[in-house]
Amino acid sequence: MSTKVYTETHQLSDPVAERAPLVLGGLDFHDVTEIVAKPVEDKIQPLWVLAFLGALTLLGVYGISVAWLVWEGTGIWGLNNPVDWGWAIVNFVFWVGIGHAGTLISAILFLFRQKWRTGINRAAEAMTLFAVACALSFPTIHVGRIWLLPWVFPIPNQMWVWPNFRSPLLWDVFAVSIYGTVSLLFWYTGLIPDLATMRDRAKGKIARFAYGFFALGWRGSHRHWINYESAYGILAGLSTPLVLSVHTIVSFDFAVSQIPGWHTTIFPPYFVAGAVFSGFAMVLTLMIPTRVIFGLKELITTRHIENMAKIILLTGSMVGYAYAMEFFIAWYSGNPYEQFAFINRMFGPYWWAYATMISCNVITPQFFWIKKFRTDPVIVFVLSIFVNIGMWFERFVITITLSADYLPSSWGYYTPTIWDLGCLIGSFGLFFTLFLLFVKFLPMVAIAEVKAVMPQANPHWDGYHHDDHDDEPGNDEEAA
Amino acid sequence: MSSATITTAKPFGALAEFGNPAELYHACEKVRDEGFSVWDAHTPFPVHGLEDAMGAPRSKVPWISLVFALFGGTIPAFALQSWVAVEGSRQVISGKPMLSWQAFIPVTFEVSVLLGAVGALLGMLMINRLPQLYHSLFRSERFERFSDDKFFISIESRDPKFDAEGTVAFLQSLGSSHVELVED
Repeated sequence: MSTKVYTETHQLSDPVAERAPLVLGGLDFHDVTEIVAKPVEDKIQPLWVLAFLGALTLLGVYGISVAWLVWEGTGIWGLNNPVDWGWAIVNFVFWVGIGHAGTLISAILFLFRQKWRTGINRAAEAMTLFAVACALSFPTIHVGRIWLLPWVFPIPNQMWVWPNFRSPLLWDVFAVSIYGTVSLLFWYTGLIPDLATMRDRAKGKIARFAYGFFALGWRGSHRHWINYESAYGILAGLSTPLVLSVHTIVSFDFAVSQIPGWHTTIFPPYFVAGAVFSGFAMVLTLMIPTRVIFGLKELITTRHIENMAKIILLTGSMVGYAYAMEFFIAWYSGNPYEQFAFINRMFGPYWWAYATMISCNVITPQFFWIKKFRTDPVIVFVLSIFVNIGMWFERFVITITLSADYLPSSWGYYTPTIWDLGCLIGSFGLFFTLFLLFVKFLPMVAIAEVKAVMPQANPHWDGYHHDDHDDEPGNDEEAA
Repeated sequence: MSSATITTAKPFGALAEFGNPAELYHACEKVRDEGFSVWDAHTPFPVHGLEDAMGAPRSKVPWISLVFALFGGTIPAFALQSWVAVEGSRQVISGKPMLSWQAFIPVTFEVSVLLGAVGALLGMLMINRLPQLYHSLFRSERFERFSDDKFFISIESRDPKFDAEGTVAFLQSLGSSHVELVED
């Protein structure tokens, strides 16, 4: 155990003085492998089984709701004129938004060389994939006759009918499905070396085969690593504009229409900020319990939580600014319909939704100005749940703007049905089922990446020139 | 297995184990300077700067990604949308011209990103000749730890400078804690 010798004699601090180290507890490379592999290799815990059964139950609710929807049609939802985009779209935008944190962490923070991302990127990317899966399910079932869904793609057909490429709804099909696909490729690329680690540790034949199959025969060749790192960098570079484009295009679904309250140019940046805001909240909601349950506190440290809280503070403030600016522009535009839409949001029949949104999204993040709150996992966890709730209500507030447009004669009040609720709760079942399977079968921290940011990963690290642990120059400890 | 030992006529190559990135780095410099050409380092994570110590060339993955993005994504996506608008199914939407190219940018962009990403991953696998589920190095039991905390150098017997005894002795002289010949 030659590496152990170094770690015991040298303090593993961040090269930039006074920053908390990214990996705590003086771990060596082998310890990192052990910590991450443990939850996967351990026997299944009762707590996991319990959580999994709960998630499966909710997934069953989703299954029943969707089955009834397909059988009976979208009339089982509370959708009606004028609100013909109900919770299906609210849930869609909610889940797509959550799906933004993973790629932001893995791509944008990668390009900015934010090394702290390595502790959380794997789980956040997984969360992204599952959130995008939930998101994609909503427009899919919202079309009603889902067997006609292939029509959204430009597939040659005997009717000579092509999709309308001038429609933001079609852009959305491409944006979200490609976002999901590229996120999957990115996530899988990151997994290859770690799957090799799991393969080389696997005891059972099936596990060895399964991990080995997906590890593609990875043998850590440094000539491979050069191409790998290049590909990873390209994926990060491509994902960065992609992640920003996705919610931009989602916002076009609203902004390109003529509805007062929707037809605004602030929508794209405001949606993107909100997406990052909600995504980081969901990462915190998931990772704070996970790091405790699976003993990952040394890899996902308070510094990680604090950094994410800071991003929530930043994006939350941007969202708050956008809310204010929307009002200002409505007034400044001199357009009475626009002005009415916003006053109606705040004081109209849905004032309670607006109040929930403001208190959760504008007030909650401001607590993170205080370091004590940012560094207390319990407080961060509670506040992150408020952000999740607030961001769902934001999408609700935007969508039910439809309830009062230009013609008072067409106004209405939207009430969801039990099946709307079934779909919302059920989608959480899908999300948690996938997430629980992930934490059970795959390494939830990027093993190779975490090792690469540890100080002793640098071949020129100071610790290697101190030979006080051995009287021979560092290379023959095992001579005996 | 009938053949008894690893010292067969033609081994796959020699495999040397090192305990940390610094030892590996300096050993790689020496292997490079010795003039070996068919050799490799095996590490649990990309060791920064090791490509220089190895004298390995830059990656060609970006070019593959670019070709995929441009010729698989940008051009076909834009062409298809334009053709659909002008020829395939002519519809006047919001009184816009038939070739309202601005509206085709989002999909063109998304498809380019998709193909660029696919090209990056496939290009990486292609250049690396992966998947290759079997490899001679996996015969070595110690080699398993490349994915944990050990660092290796392999010099293949295909290398013109390779000779079993001499190469093993050379690798031992670099401070490797364990050198072995791997059967082909």
